[in-house]
Amino acid sequence: MAFAAFSSSNPKLSHGPVRSSKVVLALLLPGMLYLAMFFMVPLVSLIITSLETPAASGAYGMYDYGFDVSSYVDVTTRYLPQILRSFGYAFLATLFALIISYPLAYFVGVRLRPRPLIQKLTLTLVIAPFFISFLLRTIAWKQLLSDDSAILNFLRSIHLWGEHQYFLGTPAAVIWGLTYNFIPFMTLPLYTSLERLDLRLLEAASDLYANPAAIFRKVTLPLTMPGVISGTLLTFIPITGDYVNASRDFLGSSSTSMIGNMVEADFLQNADYPAASALSAVLMAVILILVSVYVKRTGTEDLL
Amino acid sequence: MKNLRLGRKVLPLYSVLALVYLLIPIVYTIVFSFNNSERSNTVWQGFTLDKWINVCNRPDICESLGNSMLIGVVSTFIATVLGTAIAIGLVRYRFRARSLVSLSLFLPMATPEVVMGAGLAALFFNMGAEQGFVTIILAHVMFCLSFVVVTVKARVQTLDPVLEEAARDLYANPTGVFWRITFPLLLPGIISAALLSFALSFDDFIITYFNSGPINTFPKVVYIAAAKGVPAEANVVASAVFLLAILIVIGSQIMGSVRAKRLLK
Repeated sequence: MAFAAFSSSNPKLSHGPVRSSKVVLALLLPGMLYLAMFFMVPLVSLIITSLETPAASGAYGMYDYGFDVSSYVDVTTRYLPQILRSFGYAFLATLFALIISYPLAYFVGVRLRPRPLIQKLTLTLVIAPFFISFLLRTIAWKQLLSDDSAILNFLRSIHLWGEHQYFLGTPAAVIWGLTYNFIPFMTLPLYTSLERLDLRLLEAASDLYANPAAIFRKVTLPLTMPGVISGTLLTFIPITGDYVNASRDFLGSSSTSMIGNMVEADFLQNADYPAASALSAVLMAVILILVSVYVKRTGTEDLL
Repeated sequence: MKNLRLGRKVLPLYSVLALVYLLIPIVYTIVFSFNNSERSNTVWQGFTLDKWINVCNRPDICESLGNSMLIGVVSTFIATVLGTAIAIGLVRYRFRARSLVSLSLFLPMATPEVVMGAGLAALFFNMGAEQGFVTIILAHVMFCLSFVVVTVKARVQTLDPVLEEAARDLYANPTGVFWRITFPLLLPGIISAALLSFALSFDDFIITYFNSGPINTFPKVVYIAAAKGVPAEANVVASAVFLLAILIVIGSQIMGSVRAKRLLK
C-alpha cells in the first residue's frame, strides 16, 4: 500500500539501527538529487512560467520573466467550468470505483484466503487492465459503446435506451471511462488492507451478537480505512489531471473537456505557456489542499 | 460466523461480474488484433493472422515500438538502481531527514501527470534543452523512482539483518556482504520493481506527450491515430505486451506457490 509504506510512524522503521551517516548519504543522495532536479525544480519552473508576461517584442509564443499574476485571474475565470467539471467527474468516478472495488477486494482478500494460488491468480485478473495499453482499452470502450454498437442496440430493443439517444461524448461516457481506467488504483490498496484483516475480530463481534451490518460498520470498515483512504487518493488525484478520456477522439466531446485538456491545448497548441502553467499550479494547489483536509478529517495525519 | 452467510452467494456473483467488466476491453482489444480490417479497426471483417505476422506493414507502429522498448529499458535500469539504494537506506538506517525523504518520494505519486508533464516541459523550455530521447528518459526515471522504492522497500523489510551480520562475522567485506547476501535476497523485489517500472514507462502517454519533441513512442502513435481510427497493428502490439506480462506474472506466481509447498514438506 503506497501510503502506508510511506508512513513515518511505522514501528519497524523507527527501530532501525543507527549507523554511519556516510553510507546513508551515499544510498539516498543520488536518488534525492534526481527528484530535486526533475520533480521539485520543474514545479518551481512551472510557477516562474505562470508569472511571465508576453514578450515586449510581441513575438508569438515568447514571454519575458516577470511577476504577473494576471494568468491566474485569467485561467480561474475562463476555465472555471473545466475546473468544476474535473473535480465533479473525479468525485463520481472515485465513488463508483470504490463501490465496484470494495466487495471485489473483500472477496479476493478475505474469502479466497484459504486458497492462496487462486487468490493470487484472481488478483492478477484484477490488475490485468494495467498491462494493456491505457489508450487502447479506452478506445475499446469507445467502440463497444458507440452509437450503433451491439450494447446500445440491445438496450434499445428492450426499451432501456432511447432510439436517438447517444452515449459517447456525454459526461456519463467520460465518467465511465475514468472509473474503468483507474479502478486498479482503488482495488490494490483495498486488497492490501483487507488481506491483513484479522478474521478473529469479526468472529468476536459475531459472538457478541452484532449483526452483519454492525460488524461491517464497526469492525471491518474502520480496520480497512487506511486502504479506503489511499485508494480514494490514488484514484481521485490522477483522474483530476486526466485528459485522454475526456478528449474528443476518445470518450468525450468539447462539452466534457477537463483541466488537462486545457493545459494540453494552451501548452502544446496555443503556446500560451503562462496560462497552461498557471492552470497546472491551480490544480496542484487544490489537490494539496483537498488531500490535507481529507487526511486530517479521517484522522490519519501521519499519512504524509 | 452464521451472520456472514448472507453474502455467501451474492459476493462471489458480484465479484465475477466486476471481473467480467474489468476484462471486457482487454478481450475486445485482443480479438480485434485478429481483425482483417483495412485502415480503421472498428467493424469486424473476419479473422486473419496477417496483422500479427506483418506488424511492420505499419512502419510508424513498428518504429514507435522500438523507441518505447529502448526508453523503457534505459529508464527502468536507472530508476531501479536509484530506487533500490533509497529503499535500503530508508529501511536500514535511521536519520533525521527521514520524513522529508518520505514526503519527497510520495509527492510524485500524488501529482497529476499533466502537472508533471507541463512542469518538465517548462523546465526544458526555460533551459533551452532540445526535446527527444534524453528528455523522455529523464521524465520516465522521475515518475518510476517512487514506485521502485515502494516495491523494493517491502522486500527489504522482510529481510533479517542477522543474515548480513553473520556474513560480516565470517569476515566478508561490505561489498561481499552486499553482492552475496543482500542482493540475492532482495532480487525478487528488485525484479518486480523493474517490471512495474517498465510497464509504467511503456504505457505512459501524458508526460511523454509533453516532453517527446519529434520522437514517437507507442502510446503517442496510438493517440495521434485515434483521430482517424487506430489500425489493428496497434492492437497486435498491445496484445503481445499484455500476454507477455501476464505470462511472466502468472508464471512467477505458480513457481512461488510450488516452492512454498516444497518448503512445507
